[in-house]
Amino acid sequence: MTTTAATLPDDPARLRATTPAVLLQQVSKRYAADGPDVLRQVDLTIEPGELVCVVGASGCGKSTLLSLLAGLDEPTSGTVEVAGGGAALMFQDPALFPWLSARGNVELAMRLSGVGKRERRDRAEDLLRLVHLGGSGDSAVHELSGGMRQRVALARALAQDRDVLLLDEPFAALDAATRDLLHDELERVWSSTGRTVVFITHDVGEAVRLGRRVLLMAGRPGRVVGEWRSEDRRGEAAETWGRRLTAEITDRLREERHRAA
Amino acid sequence: MPHDAITLAPDRASLEPPVLRSTVATPTGRDARTVRRVGAVLLGPVALLAGWQLVVWLAPGASVVSPSDVARAATAAWVRGDLPSALATSLGRGVVGFALAVVIGTPLAIAVAHVRWFRTAFAPLLKGLLVLPSVAWVPAAVLWFGLTDATVYFVVLMGSVPSVVNGLVAGMGQVPPLYRRVGTVLGAGPLAMTRHVILPAALPAYVAGLRQGWAFSWRSLMGAELIAGGGHLGVGLGALLQEGRALGDLATVLVAMLLILMIGVLAELLAFAPLESHLARRRGLAPQAAR
Repeated sequence: MTTTAATLPDDPARLRATTPAVLLQQVSKRYAADGPDVLRQVDLTIEPGELVCVVGASGCGKSTLLSLLAGLDEPTSGTVEVAGGGAALMFQDPALFPWLSARGNVELAMRLSGVGKRERRDRAEDLLRLVHLGGSGDSAVHELSGGMRQRVALARALAQDRDVLLLDEPFAALDAATRDLLHDELERVWSSTGRTVVFITHDVGEAVRLGRRVLLMAGRPGRVVGEWRSEDRRGEAAETWGRRLTAEITDRLREERHRAA
Repeated sequence: MPHDAITLAPDRASLEPPVLRSTVATPTGRDARTVRRVGAVLLGPVALLAGWQLVVWLAPGASVVSPSDVARAATAAWVRGDLPSALATSLGRGVVGFALAVVIGTPLAIAVAHVRWFRTAFAPLLKGLLVLPSVAWVPAAVLWFGLTDATVYFVVLMGSVPSVVNGLVAGMGQVPPLYRRVGTVLGAGPLAMTRHVILPAALPAYVAGLRQGWAFSWRSLMGAELIAGGGHLGVGLGALLQEGRALGDLATVLVAMLLILMIGVLAELLAFAPLESHLARRRGLAPQAAR
């Protein structure tokens, strides 16, 4: 972790807020009545303002978990509570609408939640500046690079003005340099907006890089099998700690995969 | 793309990445291209005229008229006022009929796309109507409405509404599921989803449907005017055509045909082609540097 980590609001006091941002209790999900449990009895509490990474191999149920959090799907049993009535969601595909400008895409999110025209415009401009696209509001989507499109998608997700922001492998399709940059951007946006961020990835390095808490999921049935917190770092140098954690989680991931196979 | 890589510079202000814009052609380059394009557009008609003149020279006879005969007939009819009034009558009917078709077809298409029982009941019928030549409606329409404008509009609508509906329904069927998912995530209800996601996404196919709808309007109109004449009906281009046949005046027949064709070409060149290329460009679908 870089020096920025030290200045980020890791302060436990902030995490000890009253109502959790996300609360899952004994959540199970099955797509067919006689099918396997895609998720089995998952308990999860995420406090407001946390940045949590969920890491796991493909097919471990992390996308299902995300669908439940986003309200796109209902659990078979158990309860899912998300503060503020729902979460904003950002996909791997930026999924911007090509008939709208960059600003138009950001504004649409507000328009659909009934924000007035004037305020929409101002806030879209602010959000685009926040993701460093201040001058590109009028650009057509196809004029933007892959990284820029993801920034617009991030601005659009922020425009939804939900307390919880869900990111589903948002940078998986980008090149390494762009991804690196967007990691910094996301951290900055997270610390300046105070949102609760749930970041789903299959990349352990990315999870360790970003997560103040990393959850490891395993499949068949899908559940959380491990948890690591950046508070546990103690005196260890950030870099050694990061490397050690990455190795540890990767080992654990491999172990789980053998068990499932 | 290197833009984001460059921006690793410490100065955050330099993070404003350059925007990709299509390279703008130099004015002279664009002028040359326009000239070439106009030349290519004119090539077809010029070749047609040349071939026609050749036939006149090689096979002279009573049933052949030369381009200059037609030009003379056109000038005479224009000066007499027959031509402008026929043109105005037909164009007016065509435009009003097409506008009606859009107004009727659009909600119909939305209903077909979104209401299951409506789709089950009417989609096959609308598809079938595409196959039925709209002039087949003329006899029935004349019996129902007599020789009035209602007959003409009825036939035009039976011809063009199915095209408009099918274009829009096809377009809405091809909206990527991801767009709907995004709409749902952004909190769009059914109405907002249609208004802000599905209709804009279907717009290119809708325009294709409109283009076909216009072509069917125009064709149906000519068919109706050709078959149903007299009574309270004003004289349109189709009637002019029929009149020329009755009088054995081939030059007038050809004048009317050429005008009908020209209206079709102009609608394409001035309305549909620019609209389609504008949509394509806006969405980044335009072929790169097409020559």
